[in-house]
Amino acid sequence: MENKTKIKDHMDLFEEKSFQETFQKKKVYENAPSEKEVEETLMWTKTEEYKKLNFERKAVVINPLKACQPLGSLYAAIGFEKTLPYVHGSQGCAAYFRSHFVRHFKEPFPATCDSMTEDAAVFGGHNNMYVGLENSYKLYKPDMFAICTSCMAEVIGDDLNNFIKNAREKGSIPEDLPVTYAHTPSFVGSHITGYDNMLVNILSQMGEVKEEKKDRINIIVGFDTYTENFQEIKRICNLFDIDYILLSDPSDVLNSPTDGDYRMFYGGTPLSDLKDAPNSKSTILLQKYSLQKTAALIEKEWNQKLKIINPVGIKGSDELTMAISELTGKDVPAELEKERGQFIDAIGDSYYWVHGKSFSLNGDPDQVYGLTRFVMELGGDIKHVLVTNGNKKWKKEMEELLEEFPQGRDAAVYHNKDMWHFRSLLFTEPSDYIIGNSYAKYLTQDTGIPLIRIGFPLFDRHHLHRYSTIGYKGGINVLNWIVNTILDETDRKTIGTRSFDLIR
Amino acid sequence: MSSRTKEELENLIEETIDIYPEKTKKDRKKHIQVMGVEGDQKCTSMVSNKKTKPGVMTMRGCAYAGSKGVVWGPVKDVINISHGPVGCGQFSWGARRNYVNGTTGIDTFPMQVTSDFQEKDIVFGGDKKLSIIIDELETLFPLSKGIVIQSECPVGLIGDDIEAVAKKKKEEYKKPIIPVRCEGFRGVSQSLGHHLANDSIRDHIYEKDVKGTSIKETSYNVALIGDYNIGGDAWASRKILQDMGLNVIGQSTGDSTINEIANTSKAKLILVHCYRSMNYIARYIEEKYGVPWLEFNFFGPTQIYKSMRKIAERFDNNIKEKTEYLINNVYKEKTDQITDKFKVRLEHKKIMLVVGGLRPRHTIPAFNDLGADVVLAGYEFAHGDDYQRTEEYLKHATLIVDDMTEHEMDKFLKTYKPDMFGSGIKEKYQTQKAGIAFRQMHSWDYSGPYHGVDGYAVFARDIDMTVNGHVWKNITPPWKSCSTETCEGPNCNCANDK
Repeated sequence: MENKTKIKDHMDLFEEKSFQETFQKKKVYENAPSEKEVEETLMWTKTEEYKKLNFERKAVVINPLKACQPLGSLYAAIGFEKTLPYVHGSQGCAAYFRSHFVRHFKEPFPATCDSMTEDAAVFGGHNNMYVGLENSYKLYKPDMFAICTSCMAEVIGDDLNNFIKNAREKGSIPEDLPVTYAHTPSFVGSHITGYDNMLVNILSQMGEVKEEKKDRINIIVGFDTYTENFQEIKRICNLFDIDYILLSDPSDVLNSPTDGDYRMFYGGTPLSDLKDAPNSKSTILLQKYSLQKTAALIEKEWNQKLKIINPVGIKGSDELTMAISELTGKDVPAELEKERGQFIDAIGDSYYWVHGKSFSLNGDPDQVYGLTRFVMELGGDIKHVLVTNGNKKWKKEMEELLEEFPQGRDAAVYHNKDMWHFRSLLFTEPSDYIIGNSYAKYLTQDTGIPLIRIGFPLFDRHHLHRYSTIGYKGGINVLNWIVNTILDETDRKTIGTRSFDLIR
Repeated sequence: MSSRTKEELENLIEETIDIYPEKTKKDRKKHIQVMGVEGDQKCTSMVSNKKTKPGVMTMRGCAYAGSKGVVWGPVKDVINISHGPVGCGQFSWGARRNYVNGTTGIDTFPMQVTSDFQEKDIVFGGDKKLSIIIDELETLFPLSKGIVIQSECPVGLIGDDIEAVAKKKKEEYKKPIIPVRCEGFRGVSQSLGHHLANDSIRDHIYEKDVKGTSIKETSYNVALIGDYNIGGDAWASRKILQDMGLNVIGQSTGDSTINEIANTSKAKLILVHCYRSMNYIARYIEEKYGVPWLEFNFFGPTQIYKSMRKIAERFDNNIKEKTEYLINNVYKEKTDQITDKFKVRLEHKKIMLVVGGLRPRHTIPAFNDLGADVVLAGYEFAHGDDYQRTEEYLKHATLIVDDMTEHEMDKFLKTYKPDMFGSGIKEKYQTQKAGIAFRQMHSWDYSGPYHGVDGYAVFARDIDMTVNGHVWKNITPPWKSCSTETCEGPNCNCANDK
């Protein structure tokens, strides 16, 4: 018998009258503020007065746009061949980092930890590390460990270098097994600092500097969670037909096939390439603020020519193309020139819908920089640009960029504010659109301003990380997200009116 | 496939733990047992709630996760400060689906509020900062009914006196300001965090005489605790209790307020859903206020009706009659319809479950209602009393695993090839890569509710769509053959001769 019961889940069920009555009954026991009080307070939080109070706070951080160092460390680590990320610290940290990434990528994110507890707080975490490395090695046989720390180990002052040396002596791991490590205290910087710290340590601990340079470039993408960007940069290098090394490439391990056989390790930068990376002639960094120490290492210790390019939008993609050409002496491939034309073509089709609309952006410093420039290239006006983990240098660079375009003249830049500040800004000086990560949907909920989802993490939309955002091809994806969100909103706004056009 | 014998299972255990270094092997052996064998020794010998061996890729989290994430997080009218560096609060922000009614940032506060410790806070201590934070929160969120300070690891290591700050500020603002020492390095899992959060409720609500509002005295007043309202679970449960004629005067901690928590001690009976995380407060209230408590299970019709009758037993004939009427004349038709619809699709399906400290045992009967069979169950952070409570639900020799490691999970998935594995987000995609259907049994995989009669329908629908998803028949390309064990037979898309 096919029954007629319609199954209602949380989205419909609680709208039913019986549940609405239940909620009313429950209120009697909640001792909740009256509806009037709630309404008045809500209205007050939208005022200039509230904004002023909100911006006056010195200590509390509410809805920040940053996570802690070890998160970034794990991301740098997982991009190397058969490398096991390992967290020296409490086990909850590792659980959080893993679940955070897993929710974004919808992929497994392997990492072990050494589960430090109270006794380690008293005696140090060395025993945890000896047993932890032994167990991890026995179970997973990685070709390399990449160890970072979470706060507990940093507060008690554990010495990774010594612990690892002792672990080898004790036979927990083979004498010659590469074990890279970085101290990544959560109370310094953010996840992008952690990415930098882990990467610079992997590079300096594994790199074998030789006299002679090879006719080859290194490329480092940075803390970029659009995994397709790693594939895209490889494709661009292949179009140029150049010799290159991509340092930290998580795009395979975070895009492994479902074929009935789970593999923990998959792809990644070969360790032989990692070792030889110092001997390339030059390096291109696709992020700046997540690679500051890495940049210094490459320039000063590896003596390489360094270019830092933000490869988003027209100018960014052009700079990337020219940088590769310049560093390798190769002409820009015809195929790439065609792709540029296709990108410009697409912008020509769409920019009318972006021009004159206003945008507020938040996210990580590098990502926000590139997107802001691209939005202005499309003719969009910038209202607010806000990050939590920026520095004054970033703010200055951002302001210089905004000066370059008429669309940027009215914008305000915030380098160390959070999304509760952002909420106030969007109430007092609203923009037409927000560009940000999934958390920004709460801003949409509060202010009604539609969100264009670009950034990290993206928990509530699927597969966006499978698209590239860099270069001419990636630019079309970003354009697609921006313009089609605007068109979706335009339909929503005009539904039932004469302006509900078939062709736009 | 018929269920495995005790001997087969014991061999499987040996085979699985063989890879570990000697000490770890010895340790893990104590955490994996065959249970549910008639006449066999009871599960009292299961070793649980012990430290995880370093380096094994555990599913477990920490005490902070247990206190902030589980127990205190859902209390909607208090502000939880994640006190320490930024990460913990960020990673636990909005991730649990403990639904609330209210206006975020105005009268409910499911936000990421953190003291964002910097190096100077570690060196000079964070107490002064904490004090300023409380002032700032009072200014920006005047309708909050309290503040809870959730300690992250550094707080306990640098010797901060958050209790002193809380005490001072509580006097200043005349509202509960509650410090919880739930640093992540304490204990062995989330479980200690539950306990510490319960203790802080005891010390700062009941012992400090947060009175709660006055409640109309009736003999039908009950309090519902240990329900976190995942996808609306507590609301679905509450509806049944109301239909039975009971007044739910407090709900903890899903969609709860501090007032409702205070109300709990005024109930005639406390109903405990998640025993693991809130038994502590139930025991305390029983001792201090003489209010009895009762465990119940609202997953699947068998247990729902059993629990309803068990609850009704504690009340007068009026309630008992109402309950019988409700079961026989209202609910049964609904649940039978669901069972009829889905049982044909789920009969004899093999389920593997590894979840927190309650749900594996609580959901086994619901799976059974749908004709499915739980072949392996495990807990992340259960204690001995949870394993004892598991025994009654097992119909045959079943492998029970405590604090399962990633390696064991991989091995058991390969061996059992279950039709579905139910566990957490970290386990989800690895399982799917292995070609096995998966459902998150912490967050209900963004669905729910699963509790109660309304929840059973959603549960059945979801388990069906998980187990019978067409995609799982397409793991092997048509030009390749499945191994005999994995082959779905006539349903399989592979090149096997069927």
